Amino acid sequence: MPTITYTQPNGTQQTLEVAEGTTLMRAAVSNGITGIIGECGGQAMCATCHVYVRPEYAQALPEIREDEDEMLDCAAAERTDRSRLACQIKIDAELAEIVVDIPAGQL
Amino acid sequence: MSVVIIGGGQAGLQVADSLRTEGYEGKIEVIAAESGLPYQRPPLSKDYLAPGKEPVPLPLRGASFFAEKNITLHEGVPALAIDRAEQKVKLTEGSLDYDHLVFATGARNRTLSCPGVSLPGIHGLKTLTDAKALHAALPTARNIVIIGAGFIGLEFAAAALAHGCDVTVLEFAPRPMGRALTPVMGDWFAAAHRSQGVDLRLGEGIDRFEPGTDGRVGAAVSTTGAFYPADLVLVGIGVQPNDTLASNAGLETSNGIVVDEMLRTADPAVLAIGDCASFPSAHGQLRLRLESVQNATDQARHAARTVLGADHPYTELPWFWSTQGPYRLQMAGLARPDDDMLVLGDQAAAKFSVLCFREGVLSAVESVNMAADHMAARKLLAAGARITRTQAEAEGFTLKAAGRAPVVPVPPCSAAPC
Repeated sequence: MPTITYTQPNGTQQTLEVAEGTTLMRAAVSNGITGIIGECGGQAMCATCHVYVRPEYAQALPEIREDEDEMLDCAAAERTDRSRLACQIKIDAELAEIVVDIPAGQL
Repeated sequence: MSVVIIGGGQAGLQVADSLRTEGYEGKIEVIAAESGLPYQRPPLSKDYLAPGKEPVPLPLRGASFFAEKNITLHEGVPALAIDRAEQKVKLTEGSLDYDHLVFATGARNRTLSCPGVSLPGIHGLKTLTDAKALHAALPTARNIVIIGAGFIGLEFAAAALAHGCDVTVLEFAPRPMGRALTPVMGDWFAAAHRSQGVDLRLGEGIDRFEPGTDGRVGAAVSTTGAFYPADLVLVGIGVQPNDTLASNAGLETSNGIVVDEMLRTADPAVLAIGDCASFPSAHGQLRLRLESVQNATDQARHAARTVLGADHPYTELPWFWSTQGPYRLQMAGLARPDDDMLVLGDQAAAKFSVLCFREGVLSAVESVNMAADHMAARKLLAAGARITRTQAEAEGFTLKAAGRAPVVPVPPCSAAPC
């Protein structure tokens, strides 16, 4: 099964085995991963599921759409070139494994 | 110490979560009327109804949350009565003692009363059960009639179009989403939905439903006498607050449970938040009851601090969103019909914002497919920035750029008549 590894700001890591079709936000919220909120339910409307994707996985990701891009500009934690909204990243055949870092705050 | 929370929605679970985050170590019990793991409602009228296999509801918190945070969830359990003198919530079996009680009871759908309203094939949309029934019915539906052009009705209209259905919307008012949107935005959405193929009938309400040959709903007849074939009907005519339990306990209700600026009822041990609460708004300058995720979660965070002894008024800026097919609507602040309005952007390209000015100063912003404007507006309005209409009309003005500039606050009321 595909895996997602979430890294907390203090360095602790949790790895989840997930089904294809789920998003990084849904997997985190469903499994109680601290620091990913997803308050809008995955609509790219609230920017509370901001994550930093490790660069080695960047190529397998879908392009950032304009709405995600504009919301990321206003996320609570600093935006970097690794920033994505976890609700917009779906686990599929192209992405069997991913490691992300969770920012210190989402609100 | 014990906090009892009635309601397992966005507001109820956020209070429980925030109490723990803020360091509360006493007992927390959440009473949820629906069975199962509490879930997010907003996707039910959007992604959940998209064509394809039955989707999985998105939980508000994972199943492990309750044990990890030492929060007891009483699911599928109605709260029957409150004894405020004894500080007890009566359940079907037994009762729960509280030191603080939080009403997060939400709202329920308004119901129609017209001939034929009980025919099979007529739906509401509020719960997961409702959404499951609609998801099952949509693939074989052909002619859909929606009563009410509010957020739920129009989100559902967009979902129904995606299933290839013919969609008619009956709305008694002259504009869609008229309670929430400026007239200019309401008119724009009316045209936009029509351009997508929705037969939007404004100024036309429902008179009755008629059965088809199979005994299910077959047609809707409007107040103008027009006859619309229908094999599936959605009624989306708004909600009313779940405030009966509170009023039966002797608490004041008036379109919701009446609370002060700290979100407390007249009984200092009892608070109310979210869709069920009528609170004095710092932004609308009126008593308000808001139905939104933002209002539920921000009030929940505030109520947790109030329970723990804080004494600050709730002042968070209201914001809201809706997704209707290709249109992403975001609202910051509360627009009023008498606001002065200015459109920035390209309405024809479905990428613009409506700026509202009250006494010449920016008071609310509605945006379509302009997330940057919305986020800038939230920042500016929450900071009390003073953006005048003259500034906004200047060549090259954008909310995004204004949001990056240092904020000049509106002077307090004592400095000028307001």
